[in-house]
Amino acid sequence: MNIFTEFWVTYGSVVQFVLINMLLGISIYFTLYTGLLSLANAGFMAIGAYVSAVLTVHAGMSFPISLLVGASSAAFIGWLLGLPVLRLRDVYLAIATLGFGEIVRIVAVNFDKFTGLSLIGGAQGLAGIPKLTTPASLLFTLVLLSFFLVQFHRSRVGRALAAIRRDESVASTMGIDVANYKLLAFVLGAFVAGLAGGFSAHLTRFVGPNDFTFSAAVNILAFVVLGGTLHWTGALIGAAILTILPEALRFMGEYRGVVNGIILVLVILYLPHGLVNPKWFRRVFRKKETRHA
Amino acid sequence: MLRPYSLYVTMFWQQVVNAIWLGSVYSLFALGYTLVFGVLGILNLAHPSLYMWGAFIGLVCVNTFNMPIWLALPIAMFLSGLLGILLDRLAFKPLRARNAPHLATLISSIGASIVLINTAQGVFSAQVSRFPFDAFPIMVFNFGPVSVTLLQLTILGISIAIMVFLRWLIMSTRLGRAMRAVAFNRVTAARLGIPVDKVIMQTFFIAGALAGAAGVLLGLAFNSISPFMGGPMNLKGLTVIVLGGLGNIEGAVVGGFILAFSEVMSVAYLSSDLRDAVSFILLFIILLIAPNGLLGRSSVKRA
Repeated sequence: MNIFTEFWVTYGSVVQFVLINMLLGISIYFTLYTGLLSLANAGFMAIGAYVSAVLTVHAGMSFPISLLVGASSAAFIGWLLGLPVLRLRDVYLAIATLGFGEIVRIVAVNFDKFTGLSLIGGAQGLAGIPKLTTPASLLFTLVLLSFFLVQFHRSRVGRALAAIRRDESVASTMGIDVANYKLLAFVLGAFVAGLAGGFSAHLTRFVGPNDFTFSAAVNILAFVVLGGTLHWTGALIGAAILTILPEALRFMGEYRGVVNGIILVLVILYLPHGLVNPKWFRRVFRKKETRHA
Repeated sequence: MLRPYSLYVTMFWQQVVNAIWLGSVYSLFALGYTLVFGVLGILNLAHPSLYMWGAFIGLVCVNTFNMPIWLALPIAMFLSGLLGILLDRLAFKPLRARNAPHLATLISSIGASIVLINTAQGVFSAQVSRFPFDAFPIMVFNFGPVSVTLLQLTILGISIAIMVFLRWLIMSTRLGRAMRAVAFNRVTAARLGIPVDKVIMQTFFIAGALAGAAGVLLGLAFNSISPFMGGPMNLKGLTVIVLGGLGNIEGAVVGGFILAFSEVMSVAYLSSDLRDAVSFILLFIILLIAPNGLLGRSSVKRA
């Protein structure tokens, strides 16, 4: 018991960050699973964080409701953004979504100035958010999402998204409404990212416009690249490794970040499917599963 | 505040001058970006990191080795060109051999840029570094009511010279022909006896050198060099090459000037808060209306 409390005092926040990053990993998993490279998730996270923080700080709403409203706003913006942007293909989609994150930052910095309100604190950010995120609430959300994901893969929607990733034209020939299903994956990802943003704002007690820039978007992407998109647990494992690793590498000082980059390159070069490959499960459990046929 | 009409005219021409030299550097930066895309179909997100390294190499040459700036520039270009080759060998070549999808090369270039930025942070520290004030003679020319510094004129001159040289290289030399062939179809080019691997190496060298030149010149102009200077430039560069059409050499030049004009004019006449927003608004509009850019298809391929 004593060892456990000691562990929690030292590493409790790391564990909670791992859980939040797992949520972010899942958020980008939805789009990658559909074969879309979107770098907008940091922007969606920012929307969720700002909206939920403003609701608890200025409107005194209860945490679960502000979380949900924050995530829904992110999903709504995701829908608005996705309508035009999802017509673009790989490189172009990446560029457009990369620009979106920057637009969110600019709006956050200038919002108070243009509206004349003092809601989100401009470039200084919004501080003094009550600490309402608990490990239990995070874990509960994650378990719920995992359950959803397992069902999702077996569902009509999940199979449609996988088909789109495999070959868009074949999928559309088979009667799959490609545009709408892509939009659905995009919006689902935005919702989960917004949720993660809300949790993170109420954990660090601060939201600032510079927390959600390009490098944040890249970090989220790295979770899933490392874990792999062949199985949803890849996003979770990738997020866990890349959150714990910097803590373990503190002795490297300034050069700590280099490791993240090297991992990203090495994984893409030598493990193109990521760490988690369902084939290995099958080998271990000797079970014939065809979830990802 | 009411100002006489003539003052507005002067201010306008001053803004035009500012936009022209800024546009020339944007173009210089974007040329390497678009060249790699045109020849290889790779969006090299590590290009801005080469730009940042170019600026730092120039800085080290001037500060540590007391070189004059006209010697530091070619050295920085050469070394960032070599860095470009190294980048290709380590991050792109293995993927090319495997015929990996776009997504993989994009992610690999992101990883490479993380490595480059963090290494720079370790080597040069995260603080903003500057060239010494006497690195370049301070001289102001007045053309009627409009004033231009010698530095701005030099930057404009060097940028235009490099652009003309690049145009000649691609259109009239053996290497340029080989590059265009590789861009058109890598497999066929190899069948016809073009040393594809060597051509790709040379392409990356040129792209890196262009990035390095832009780094030194913009580092001189704004006199603030940091490991993170590539970030804002990246988004500007993307806007420029999308404006001109990915892979389009002339397009990158045109796009650079369009972006510089819209930025300078919106700061001068609307609001300085809009400066960063301008490039993204442009980027979005172009992506949605004409994703192939204003000038249409890739000119490396078409020519």
